[in-house]
Amino acid sequence: MIRFILKRLGSGLVVLFAVSALTFFLLYISSGSIARNILGDQATPEQLALKEAELGLDQPILARYFRWLVNAFGGDLGASWFTSEPVTSSLATRIPVTMTMVFTAMILIAIIATLIGVAAAVKRGWVDRVVQIGAIIGDSVPGFVIGVLLVTILAIQLGLFPATSTISPGSPPDAWVLSMTLPVIALLINGVTGGAQQIRSAVIKQLERDYVRTLRSRGIGEREILFKHVLRSAAPAGLTVLSLQLIGMLGGVVILEQIFALPGMGPLAVTATSQSDLPVVMGVVMYTVAVVIVVNLLVDLANGWLNPKVRTS
Amino acid sequence: MTESVETSALTPLPGTAGQTGTVVRSHILKRLFKNPLGIIAVGILLTMSLLAVFADVLAPFEENFANISKTLADPDGVNILGTDSAGRDVWSRLLFGARLTLLSALLCAGVAIGIGLPAGLIAGYYAGKFEAMSNWVVSILMSLPGLIVLLTIRAAFGPSVWIAMIAFGILISPSYFRLTRTTVQSVRNELYVDAARVSGLSDLSIITRHIFSVVRAPIIIQTAAIAGVAIAIQSGLEFLGLGDPSKASWGVMLSEGFKNVYLKPQLLFWPAFAMALTIGGLVLLGNAIRDALEDSEKIKHRKKPVVKGTTAAPAKTRAERRSVAAVDVGTEHHLLKVTNLGVGYPQADGSVKKVVDDVSFYVDRGEILGIVGESGSGKSQTAFSILGLLPDNARIVAGSIQFDGNYTVAPGDERVNQGRLSKLRGKRISYIPQEPMSNLDPAFTIGYQLVTPMVRVLGISKAEATKRAMKLLSDVGIVNPKRTFDAYPHEVSGGMAQRVLIAGAISCEPDLVIADEPTTALDVTVQADVLDLIRELQIRLNIGVVLVTHNFGVVADLCDRVVVMQNGRLIEEGPVRDILRNPQETYTQTLLGSMLEGKEPMTMLVSSSPKGAAS
Repeated sequence: MIRFILKRLGSGLVVLFAVSALTFFLLYISSGSIARNILGDQATPEQLALKEAELGLDQPILARYFRWLVNAFGGDLGASWFTSEPVTSSLATRIPVTMTMVFTAMILIAIIATLIGVAAAVKRGWVDRVVQIGAIIGDSVPGFVIGVLLVTILAIQLGLFPATSTISPGSPPDAWVLSMTLPVIALLINGVTGGAQQIRSAVIKQLERDYVRTLRSRGIGEREILFKHVLRSAAPAGLTVLSLQLIGMLGGVVILEQIFALPGMGPLAVTATSQSDLPVVMGVVMYTVAVVIVVNLLVDLANGWLNPKVRTS
Repeated sequence: MTESVETSALTPLPGTAGQTGTVVRSHILKRLFKNPLGIIAVGILLTMSLLAVFADVLAPFEENFANISKTLADPDGVNILGTDSAGRDVWSRLLFGARLTLLSALLCAGVAIGIGLPAGLIAGYYAGKFEAMSNWVVSILMSLPGLIVLLTIRAAFGPSVWIAMIAFGILISPSYFRLTRTTVQSVRNELYVDAARVSGLSDLSIITRHIFSVVRAPIIIQTAAIAGVAIAIQSGLEFLGLGDPSKASWGVMLSEGFKNVYLKPQLLFWPAFAMALTIGGLVLLGNAIRDALEDSEKIKHRKKPVVKGTTAAPAKTRAERRSVAAVDVGTEHHLLKVTNLGVGYPQADGSVKKVVDDVSFYVDRGEILGIVGESGSGKSQTAFSILGLLPDNARIVAGSIQFDGNYTVAPGDERVNQGRLSKLRGKRISYIPQEPMSNLDPAFTIGYQLVTPMVRVLGISKAEATKRAMKLLSDVGIVNPKRTFDAYPHEVSGGMAQRVLIAGAISCEPDLVIADEPTTALDVTVQADVLDLIRELQIRLNIGVVLVTHNFGVVADLCDRVVVMQNGRLIEEGPVRDILRNPQETYTQTLLGSMLEGKEPMTMLVSSSPKGAAS
């Protein structure tokens, strides 16, 4: 078990390394005019050269990457080229906002999609049809469009929620709840409709398995069969979908944070990439990829725990 | 998946790949157009494409033409959908936006197919190093958050929709890779692919002719989904203001509307509507194609019973003789009494397909009744109606079943009385299944699966049940009960698993055990042991057993009485000895004959008696 985790963490590190190298060299392509972008059009060639030396841009690319890598291992991701704010500290103020949204949405998706999916699989009939139609509608409208529509209708027209948030890490909980409700709903809808669909088909598939009939023949009640046996075997499919949705959400949340003016990682990512602010972009990319790696590891562990065949071998 | 097989069977001359291909496509297309949702989807997408292609002709204005004196105008004769905050015509921009959106979706899907499909074909067909390497690349690509990567790409290469879509195509190509690889793996070892290989076809022509035709339909479904995702991502980037500002796009229009949401929220509607309509069309198209494929498979499955129906016609003459064979169940008390039972499945056309018809027999305590017949004879359906474990769509169309004097299926009932049977199942009627491995839940230990029914049904404590489970395991001949108790199903052999299932069947001391082909899935060496075990337990516990089998050897070895079923009907009944010595029906004689010519060692036990009778 420990070997498995170490192995996965090791391959996660390799992925992080590969992604960091790729991102670094990609950003190198556009780093030619950075000094001018920072200092403006009036800057003299001397000032520009000075700035480039200050940022280390006069050094060869490999040396720059190597220095970034060494510093990153020491926990230092550098500072923004434009604002000079250390990357770690600007991430630290923004991560809580983004992750609160993403994980609240994930948990709600897991619960709601499971309930709906199981109901559709067991009851079939009209419940099933409603879920199917819901899935088509949910698939048809992109999350950020749902976000825009929610703000327009619920916040601007009806005034039920604040249209733009005013929260910061120190805000009281009720302000967080009020500001987060709409973006979380916008994140939820696609996830719930897609997830319910997956859970539905996984449950139907399990219900047709031979062992379910044998459990019934042994006098085990329907509810116990459903929630203890069927759901357990259907769960890996659901977890895999959930982890894929999380990856999608880390992107979707960027747009939603723009819409709701939430001080999360989204605005940071948009500004940094449009300025080619290399240290910040590297920080954002590394952090999101690390989250994905950890979540994928957790999903694999959960699937292993659910499936003794994986666990015992 | 199977439709290509089906069509090659239908085409009299298996011609070139192109010929078979068109046949398949026309089949699916025909079904697609029978489905109203399919027509709607194709209609939407076709309209969108036409609007996009003829945007230059249809749009009254250039995409960036701004009439500054007419901003945020309501719809009128000139600007049929109004103007935006810069005085640009909404309808014109919507048309040019459609062109950009559809082209970027095509580009993205094209790149993804161009990478994922060949890679998946090679990895699935040849496996080996290439597969291992691709899997690694796939796992990296799949752990990258798309939008963040696209933001980075934009930082590197500038605000080009086309570069963004190429990058997204690469990012999303694993979905094609995985789909193709799994599909190819599942057919790689099919017989017809082997046959093609043996007949000397090159790998390339096997891949193009046989394998490509199998992956084509799933690829189309996947493409519909991916084009939808690409549209969402592309619009999202444009919405963030990260696209090419000189191009009209739905994302930019949405963001423009959002900026003026207090002044003119209507501006939001058209781009949002266009997006939802296009993506919705793609989703519907994918669903409709999937349905069409599933329908064609259903029709293929349905073909079997049709063939059977024609052979069933002469069985009507047998039905006249049925009165001879039918058991006189009368009014006397039996442990299990099945009277004139009929089981059917409602069909799509409203008719009911009968799988069990007018079957009557009884079982008493202390005897083993064999139900013999070939597959499809209705013997398992009969067994499952006794247990009340028929599939949901099955209907009792006639007759009744009584257990120990109480109706579990009363005359006139459409369904089994689950309320009554759920109290009997496990406790008084139990079940030994056919396939030992698939009948144990792989996620729970064998011990758990033995103990829980006893706790639930008998109401005893867990400790007590554990003790009994150990005893049961050694009763069924398992040498090391403790180890088996703690094992998961995948850790024991098939024979051992069947012993566990037998232990489970007798754990709550039932009166009646239904055994459905209990030895068919086992090695011949284990079969005799398991049959001995059933016989021994049946005598010791004095229970009644219904043994469903296709094997007269098993019947001869184990049963006291036997009923023979064919095409859902009971055709012969009697004590085993009589039937073996003097079978009345030709069908029974055929079954007996096949047993004597068979290679199963069971036949040894009775080889002397029925040989003369059968010939």
